[in-house]
Amino acid sequence: MALKLADYKTDVHNDWCPGCGDFGIVNALQMALAEMGIERDKATIFSGIGCSGKTSHFINTYGIHTLHGRVLTFAQGGKLANPEMTVVAVGGDGDGLGIGAGHFVAAGRRNVDMTYIIFDNGVYGLTKGQASPTLKLGEQTKSLPSPNTNFDVNPIGLAVASGFTFVARGYSYDVRHLKDLIIKAVKHKGLAFLDVLQPCPTYNDINTRDWYAGVDLAQESMERHSRIYKLEDTKFDPFVHYDDAVEVNEKLSQALIKSLEWGTKIPIGIFYQNELISSYDVRLKDQIPNYLENPPAKQKISENGLPITDVSKILDSLEV
Amino acid sequence: MSSVDFTWLIGGPQGSGVESGANIFSKVCAEMGYQIFGKREFYSNIKGEHSYFTVRVSDQKIRSNVNDVTLMASFDAETIFRHFEEVLPSGGIIYDSELEDVDTEGVRSLDSTFKERLHKYLESKNKPFTIGGVLELVKEKGVNLYPVSFKKILENLAQETDNPKLRSLIRMYNVIGVSLSLGLIKMPSDSLFHSIDTIFSKKPQIAEINKQAAKYSYNYASKFENFDHTLTGTIKQPHTILVQGHYGTSIGKMVSGCRFQSYYPITPASDESDYLESHQILQVQNNRPGSTAVIQTEDEISAMGMMIGASLTGTRSSTSTSGPGFALMTEAIGWAGINEVPIVITLYQRSGPSTGLPTRHGQDDLLFAIHAGAGDFPKIVYASGDIEESFYDTGRCFNYADVFQIPVIHMMDKFLSSSVVTCKRFDPNKITIDRGKLLDKVEGEYKRFAFTDDGISPRSRLGLDNGIFWNTGDESDEYGHISEDPVERIKMMDKRMSRLDLALKRIPDEEQVISFGVHKHTIISWGSTKGPILDAISMLKKEGIDIGFIQIKLIHPFPTDLVKSLLQDTEIIIDIEANHSGQLGQVFKQNVLRDINYSILKYSGRGMTSTEIYDSLKKIVENKADKREVLSHGA
Repeated sequence: MALKLADYKTDVHNDWCPGCGDFGIVNALQMALAEMGIERDKATIFSGIGCSGKTSHFINTYGIHTLHGRVLTFAQGGKLANPEMTVVAVGGDGDGLGIGAGHFVAAGRRNVDMTYIIFDNGVYGLTKGQASPTLKLGEQTKSLPSPNTNFDVNPIGLAVASGFTFVARGYSYDVRHLKDLIIKAVKHKGLAFLDVLQPCPTYNDINTRDWYAGVDLAQESMERHSRIYKLEDTKFDPFVHYDDAVEVNEKLSQALIKSLEWGTKIPIGIFYQNELISSYDVRLKDQIPNYLENPPAKQKISENGLPITDVSKILDSLEV
Repeated sequence: MSSVDFTWLIGGPQGSGVESGANIFSKVCAEMGYQIFGKREFYSNIKGEHSYFTVRVSDQKIRSNVNDVTLMASFDAETIFRHFEEVLPSGGIIYDSELEDVDTEGVRSLDSTFKERLHKYLESKNKPFTIGGVLELVKEKGVNLYPVSFKKILENLAQETDNPKLRSLIRMYNVIGVSLSLGLIKMPSDSLFHSIDTIFSKKPQIAEINKQAAKYSYNYASKFENFDHTLTGTIKQPHTILVQGHYGTSIGKMVSGCRFQSYYPITPASDESDYLESHQILQVQNNRPGSTAVIQTEDEISAMGMMIGASLTGTRSSTSTSGPGFALMTEAIGWAGINEVPIVITLYQRSGPSTGLPTRHGQDDLLFAIHAGAGDFPKIVYASGDIEESFYDTGRCFNYADVFQIPVIHMMDKFLSSSVVTCKRFDPNKITIDRGKLLDKVEGEYKRFAFTDDGISPRSRLGLDNGIFWNTGDESDEYGHISEDPVERIKMMDKRMSRLDLALKRIPDEEQVISFGVHKHTIISWGSTKGPILDAISMLKKEGIDIGFIQIKLIHPFPTDLVKSLLQDTEIIIDIEANHSGQLGQVFKQNVLRDINYSILKYSGRGMTSTEIYDSLKKIVENKADKREVLSHGA
């Protein structure tokens, strides 16, 4: 029986603030899972801590709500032990780029075949609106006692520099586009990163839905003008087509330059994709030839309560 | 019954082959039927600092080092300066005759505090601060000196074999030292060549050169005056293996079905992960090959996260770490606790606090392990007393984790990890595998944290058909969804915490505590002190003094009733452990509500020898001891 969108929803009460950008992301994720027809018990959503961390409870697949900043570590462990699973990790920008930045970089280097979505809103919502890593220097959102004293981290740039092989940005109020991006990210062979601009209606009074829609710009120019535009509507080509240093470097640098665009024009879509770099399972397979057919989670370790691992050769070599 | 008890010490700068020299010596002795207890001491350094290895050899069961050295093989000055006092009056020192004029200032790696003490001592004995002075002193004591020019040995060897390259091969000083020693003690030479072949089996050319040097040096030693101590071989015990400290837990993990190990490099724990990775592909009876995924992570936080993620898929998963790394893991232990995830953390302790003495021994982390993590949640802290035990204990730890669905911390330490010992071949058939309530299939509605009679819920795993569940670090309902309901909270807390009592009830007594006899004086201890304690007890027994000993293996939850009943007839309780505050003693007092009469503690970073425990116990029996005996032997 084909699964419907409703099958991917739980009946857990959703306590996000009215108008929260998170709703768009969870909807897009559920739509993507339904559209890909991924069996509910063959997918796990791992989440970090904060408002976005609750995501896993709203989706009717396996759901692991982990620790602040650590979501990628749990997710990679799960995926490596059971590579047949579809794994999506989600978390806030404070979670992934503040406390979890070390794991972010290390995960990029590993390139495990899974997807990581950051709910990027510039504030720590659940702790009442402190500045988070993506808030710009000098900006003062509603509940900040004084302007932000830190420079902002560039999620796309950091992902590209860390070795993520699929790097994209979505917008939480463009649910269909986001759903398509999620599908591409999940289907990508390797670690996919999706930075989702997600207005926090309660604490971020700068990057609001109206701001992204360009309402302020419209007032100045008397015409409607959205800040958001789609890379795929331009001539931007994010794909690494062949395994060549010149090609790769060009695609990496253009992604980095593109990621610096902000202000009146904000690109969304795929910034960079390289499927020519081996994913971690392929690297593991080089060491363990039958890793994918007989991964850790599938291995038989005992029979009738007794171990069946045969270490006699090792023990023989130790005998004197 | 003649009994051999011989201790050989080899020392030299780190990186000069002290360890491989000791490995050859140990292997030769083991192959000649002897029991071995070897221990390596080294600085936190890659090259140049003083490292040494003591190998105790006997025809009886031995479990520890002693203070006295029978024969010292040195090829640098520092070894002599640091260890000359340890050599027995009837013992010997093989040394490089070129070094006689070297004074303490010529050895840059001698720390100033040590030098000061040595100078004061030599001054009081009216000796110059040179190797010659030190050697004079030991000679007066009766120690036999065997001067050899290592340089000349290489020169002669180069000439004899027509291989001028050998002249400068100071890398072979270790083999020369070993071979001179074996020649001196009259150990049959075949076993020496055989050991060299085995140790350099992958480098036949190097094996050949080493054998030439070995042969030459072995024969050279025949020129030496007779030495009272000989080791000519004894009856070999069948099924004896020669193992290093981390082999017990490593091979134990393979047998127990651990298929995922994530770790971050740290001394002395990473040897285990290294070993697992070099034996990554596993043979499995009547089955395709298995494997252990060994993942080096970016930090210990990630090692924990990955291990938990892997365990959620039903894979037996673990990590191995040491104090500072364990400190980083404590956040996620709580997560594993509240989510009832079975994990095994093998904790190879070393001396703290902070970086402390990173390559030295200590049992500093017992209380930390018991209390690791924010909040109230159940865990098991289980300690192994020796390498052989650690193999079987690893199997138990995985069973405890699975059966009680809680984190298990397996306490090991640097004393164990840097020991090389002979023991009975590990028997994999004595390990059982009990996965507890892990499900293979799910029918009907599933609740991961369902309330049950015994407080343990059937456990699904990520990817299992119809077994969907949720986990959260928040308090949750039976499905695993966040719940702040106060009534549910009480039920969930009670459910989780009930495992502590359940563990005490279900884990057999003999796995909790081992009693080696209870007497008027009885020792309580845990972990690697077991070996030196047992050896000290048998030394005292020979003098007609009976000392009891109970080894506590399950330390959390504490087996209060069992320990109480074992000790009911004991008058004097002696706590022995390698830390400053007597941590087991504190746990004991808190639970058993009884005082510790004496503590024997050591926190110099060096392992206990049976000699020093014997000395302190004797003082206790004779009523001459302090309440707190602090041990300090070892360079």
